[in-house]
Amino acid sequence: MAKYLLLKHYRGAPEMLNNVSMDKWTQEEIDAHIGYMNDFAARLRETGEFVDSQALAAEGTWVRYDGEGRPPVTDGPFAETKDLIAGWMVIDVDSYERALALAGELSAAPGAGGRPIHEWLELRPFMAAHADCIE
Amino acid sequence: MNESLLRSLTPAVIGVLVRRGADFAAAEDAVQDALVEAVRRWPDDPPRDPKGWLVTVAWHRFVDATRSDAARQRREEHVEPEPGPVSGADDTLQLYFLCAHPSLTPSSAVALTLRAVGGLTTRQIARAYLVPEATMAQRISRAKRTVTGVRFDRPGDVATVLRVLYLVFNEGYSGEVDLAAEAIRLTRQLAAAIDHPEVAGLLALMLLHHARRASRTTPDGALVPLAAQDRSRWDTALIAEGVAILQTALSRDRLGEFQAQAAIAALHADAPATAETDWIQIVEWYDELLRLTDTPVVRLNRAVAIGEADGPHAGLAALAELDPALPRHTAAAAYLHERAGDRATAARLYAEAALKAPTLAERDHLTQQAARLNTGRQ
Repeated sequence: MAKYLLLKHYRGAPEMLNNVSMDKWTQEEIDAHIGYMNDFAARLRETGEFVDSQALAAEGTWVRYDGEGRPPVTDGPFAETKDLIAGWMVIDVDSYERALALAGELSAAPGAGGRPIHEWLELRPFMAAHADCIE
Repeated sequence: MNESLLRSLTPAVIGVLVRRGADFAAAEDAVQDALVEAVRRWPDDPPRDPKGWLVTVAWHRFVDATRSDAARQRREEHVEPEPGPVSGADDTLQLYFLCAHPSLTPSSAVALTLRAVGGLTTRQIARAYLVPEATMAQRISRAKRTVTGVRFDRPGDVATVLRVLYLVFNEGYSGEVDLAAEAIRLTRQLAAAIDHPEVAGLLALMLLHHARRASRTTPDGALVPLAAQDRSRWDTALIAEGVAILQTALSRDRLGEFQAQAAIAALHADAPATAETDWIQIVEWYDELLRLTDTPVVRLNRAVAIGEADGPHAGLAALAELDPALPRHTAAAAYLHERAGDRATAARLYAEAALKAPTLAERDHLTQQAARLNTGRQ
């Protein structure tokens, strides 16, 4: 039992195979893509492996502390930032192999021409809360 | 009202319903309903016979549920005429076997055991494992479907049950349910239902670890290494109980991995200080453990124990024979290098180990070790 984060990027991931951007897809292709994503989440709910799924707006703000009594400094968004997270899914599975298989499935969502987009997803394990009782 | 006493009746009550002809899944739901009812009603109106009360209420729930389901009409006719007296047989052990059935994945077996044997609610289990309640509900109902049709009266494999209880124990404490304490309760109950040296071994192991829990972390969750633990905070009563259970088990001369692990824990628990620990005997137990179960974790821990028994250079030599990619290999190397007097190498390895740490507490601990050496502190 371990939790994993499946991270989707707007930018920063290696290029995907079926790399036609979504704004050039037909309505049917877009519907098929969204349908696939929804089915995937529904299936994980059914298997008892779903924890969370969220999408993020593309534009955010950088914020930092600017000293006692002063409002925080804001900056950005920076168009040149290399790494831009689009959203995530959190799963709770029995093994790393199962997490890999699910990430592979999610990456097979259809795009232009109804073919899988082969999107690169980043798979990150959560840090466990407890260590095994071994000494 | 003692809630864990109430919950301890769960498996026996499910067993009665199953013997009367209810299928396991429906019986389990009905008993959960009865437990909720008991929590509501017993404080004002405690029953004279708690188990009999639960059986009656659960059976009514079961019959109601079966009646209201038109599709189950045929089965209702089959089960209705059989509400005989509560049989004296205790099916608690059968429930353990069923919930740890080999056809279940580890996480399903854990969830089903906590509900059907432990009597916890789906919400409590979901909170303990930090997943949505709907996810845990699905996991449990799938697990129940998976074991549908498993013969209830066949003995199962004790080893699979022990693995499930060990998983629950290792989850520790996160939220309103103390899973380590729950695992101990369930293992005690199992030990009462079956005479088996490995069940006793696991119970002893759990007690010997639990006894030292308070000293293992600071109040804010930071790790305290064995050598720095305040041994006056160890629960000596639990240690004595664990040692006694282990000794009885070992005298049966049917050694298994849990007895061997418990023996190592007992040697730690018995020592007044790290320096006075019988490391030579600990290495011997690790050799025994290697024969029983040759895992990377055992090999790594054995190398560290050799470092204590025969000196850090011997420990490093033992470590050099193992795959450097093993979890905690770098952390063990850092520790042994520091003990050998090579602070620079130790600091570099501690920092490297911190990046690979599997838990937050370990990462912080390893980072602090690196910082301690880098800033010239002892």
